[in-house]
Amino acid sequence: MDTQTQRKYVYEPSKTTEPDFPSTSRPKGSPFFAHLITFLILFSLWILLSGKFDLFHLSLGIISCIIITLISGDLLFPESKTKGLIRSWLLFLKYIPWLLYQIILANLHILYLVFHPRMMELIDPEIIKFQSKLKKELSLVTFANSITLTPGTITVYVSVDGNFHVHSIDKKSAEPLPGEMESKVARAFGEQ
Amino acid sequence: MDIVVTALLVIGLVFFTGGGVGILRLPDFYTRLHPAGKLDTLGSLMMMMGVAVFNLHHFTWGALLTSLKIILIVVFIFLSSPTATHSIVDAGVRAGLVPWTKKERRE
Repeated sequence: MDTQTQRKYVYEPSKTTEPDFPSTSRPKGSPFFAHLITFLILFSLWILLSGKFDLFHLSLGIISCIIITLISGDLLFPESKTKGLIRSWLLFLKYIPWLLYQIILANLHILYLVFHPRMMELIDPEIIKFQSKLKKELSLVTFANSITLTPGTITVYVSVDGNFHVHSIDKKSAEPLPGEMESKVARAFGEQ
Repeated sequence: MDIVVTALLVIGLVFFTGGGVGILRLPDFYTRLHPAGKLDTLGSLMMMMGVAVFNLHHFTWGALLTSLKIILIVVFIFLSSPTATHSIVDAGVRAGLVPWTKKERRE
């Protein structure tokens, strides 16, 4: 293992290989409502993808959607917590336009950097580390993906307890972290 | 209608070009992933929107379904592209590649 000895930049690889997931024991609530919503999502996706409205295709879709819902119905809503489900989805939908706006702004910034004649003076890559206040896994994943989607920053490493390593391309991209985006994600998932 | 489609396609093309130029110009693996992973995402959003609008030129329900499918492609790109970028970066870090930084900081 001579690659191990030559390694210069290491961030505790033991932590990344064995994450301990706190939510492996799922609480057994009444899963009917969650199953129903999962079925409806799957079935609307089926209609969208098949595009045929005769009895044969619709019944095929119903049968296969029921089977998939029974097998993996607890994947989409693992907590089977039906209270405030619709409200949280609405909050999440409110988060998406803001994210799109940020993506466009940041993309223009990267475009400016790339076509700038003195690009090498403008960029200043570094890895920044910070501790996030978010608790839920889903909000952590959304936050990490949002960081990666807004150009100038890539999430290098996230741990379950919210420890972030982010690679940023210049100072301007690194400044707003964690900041506003984190509080937006926290609001979208009902964490304050 | 045609103007909107052309504008969307051209904007998407500009973003893709920026991504390509960025891959060539930036100094190292990690910084190159910035344009590669993300200018492509917005570029494909713009181009797919252009194609979806062009598809609705003569409105039928079938054309609407096709446009919705095209938008669904964009949704999946937006989900998978940051994840793929993250896994590439993670592979680089695990292999022990040191990120490029400016000289004055390295000292």
